[in-house]
Amino acid sequence: MTPPILSVRDLVVEIPTRNALLRPVDRVSFDIAAGEILGVVGESGAGKSMTGNAVIGLLDRPAHIASGEIWLKDKRIDGLKGEGLRKVRGKGIGMVFQDPLTSLNPLLPIGEQISETILEHLPVSKSEAEARALAALEEVGIPAAKARMGSYPHEFSGGMRQRVVIALALCAEPDLVIADEPTTALDVSVQAQIIALLKRLCRDRGTAVMLVTHDMGVIAETADRVAVMYAGRLAELGPVRDVLTAASHPYTAGLMGSTPLASKGLARLNQIPGSMPRLGALPTGCAFHPRCPKTQEKCRVDPAPPMQGRAACWYPMTVEEIA
Amino acid sequence: MLAFIIQRIFQSVVVLLLVGLVAFSMFRFVGDPIDNMLGQERTGADIERLRTQLGLDQPFPVQYAKFLTNAAQGNFGVSYRQGRPVSDILAERAPATLELAAVSGLFAMVLGVALGVFTAIRRDGFTSNAIMTVSLIGVSLPTFLIGILLIYLFSVELGWLPSFGRGETVQVGGWTTGFLTASGLKALILPAITLGLYQMTLIMRLVRSEMLEVLRADYIRFARARGLRDRSVYFRHALKNTLVPVITVTGLQLGAIIAFAIITETVFQWPGVGLLFINAIQFVDIPVMAAYLMLISVMFVGINLIVDLLYFAIDPRLRVDRVEAKA
Repeated sequence: MTPPILSVRDLVVEIPTRNALLRPVDRVSFDIAAGEILGVVGESGAGKSMTGNAVIGLLDRPAHIASGEIWLKDKRIDGLKGEGLRKVRGKGIGMVFQDPLTSLNPLLPIGEQISETILEHLPVSKSEAEARALAALEEVGIPAAKARMGSYPHEFSGGMRQRVVIALALCAEPDLVIADEPTTALDVSVQAQIIALLKRLCRDRGTAVMLVTHDMGVIAETADRVAVMYAGRLAELGPVRDVLTAASHPYTAGLMGSTPLASKGLARLNQIPGSMPRLGALPTGCAFHPRCPKTQEKCRVDPAPPMQGRAACWYPMTVEEIA
Repeated sequence: MLAFIIQRIFQSVVVLLLVGLVAFSMFRFVGDPIDNMLGQERTGADIERLRTQLGLDQPFPVQYAKFLTNAAQGNFGVSYRQGRPVSDILAERAPATLELAAVSGLFAMVLGVALGVFTAIRRDGFTSNAIMTVSLIGVSLPTFLIGILLIYLFSVELGWLPSFGRGETVQVGGWTTGFLTASGLKALILPAITLGLYQMTLIMRLVRSEMLEVLRADYIRFARARGLRDRSVYFRHALKNTLVPVITVTGLQLGAIIAFAIITETVFQWPGVGLLFINAIQFVDIPVMAAYLMLISVMFVGINLIVDLLYFAIDPRLRVDRVEAKA
């Protein structure tokens, strides 16, 4: 197997507060290979976005990487500062944010925003950068791209803006794209187009993608592998087909049970009882045990084990339970 | 755009008429100019004759109408005190005030924006906190006190800078300038700092708070995530987005600098229109007071018009709204 583009090893992100030391990301490890799309799912506050921000070095103080390693190809990028970090951003890792309405500078024409990014990272002339910016806009499907180069963000719809954002994230040819809820703020009808676009562009270029979302449908359609996060930890990590059809961690099973599927007809959806604990008030043992249908004494006392097979669970789902 | 400008000029005329009306009605309570103009040995007949001559015996609306007709033709009457046309006196005094205002406005803007950006970027740094603390002094100390403190320090104790006047001036066309001589420039420093300090701290604090707001915006995170240089993130992306409120306040403050030059000019005996106005009030020199107030309101109105036009230059969203509003 080819070496991964991104390799995250035992990543811990900590936020010191007056009362306690919070760990929004706790010993998370995963790899993403070239051209692969890793979906990262979980409830709000599970640490998905925090993981993405940690990878690109955009954690807001006082949050910081406390331990662990992040490797981009053969380069260690956690702890990079200043110029080193700046060169990784955009060139090594592109990022797509959740809200296309606010992620573009309202006062600069979009063509200029793209060409400034290209000029920053690639050794090209100004006219060459503009030509590439135009090509990038055409590639993401902006109609009449040439005429729209001088347009300002407010002159585009939400879906078109997200296309511009994707063009911006990809224009310096990064090895990895982190897409943080790229479709959450969009109309349902536009979501599929944007996901298809992201998928096609990254396949074509062999760009690795870390797709952060809470939308199981998007994951099912897009991702090659999926990482399920709960309370800052990885609960399950595996190929998307296996995880969706035969969840190994009880939390994943609960998530799947609570996702509406056309094939299930009008049956009532299952719920996972309770809600995810706040970071400041994690239970002892496995963080999921108060909500887990399979809790045993061990779960209340011992923290969840490291990944065993696909899941970090003392008592993963058995074949009979899945069926 | 042209329609907008015409509309604004029309509004400006209305504003000026109102200012004139308010100013004129207030003059009636300042005192009787006749008292000052005639000496101790005056007769009732003298007073009546002068009152008729100046038109002060006529009813208020007539006086106001007359003032307006004359002012529209550029004639602001003759100063009661100096016996010369007011427009001549103003033309003579205006350069001093405008130069002072320009220098202190520039000082306030350049330093205000620079320090505002600096304290926003290094928000928790020691220097930033020191600047913010010191700036409280600029906001809270009255202008005359700052002027006197500066005079005490730099003129009396250190003897570096003159404490009053404009220094040597040079006549360029009809304009007397202090920019071209060393003593003229030296004389500018203290009054310019005194006049601009409040505005400088105000602009600095405004820029800082706007910058802190903008730096939290998604497009700044995105600009960072794209690996742009700090310089580009701060100045090209962030600062430009703070400019609309900053320009609004700066424009108003520039007007205030000209209008409130009165105090600074008094402290430094600066021979500008502010000092002229103070002397005019003491003497109830109505033509001078009226002309001065009209001049100041023209400047305010003009600055506001420029500010509105700058909005369009900075923010493309406003351009669109206007087109749509008309369609």
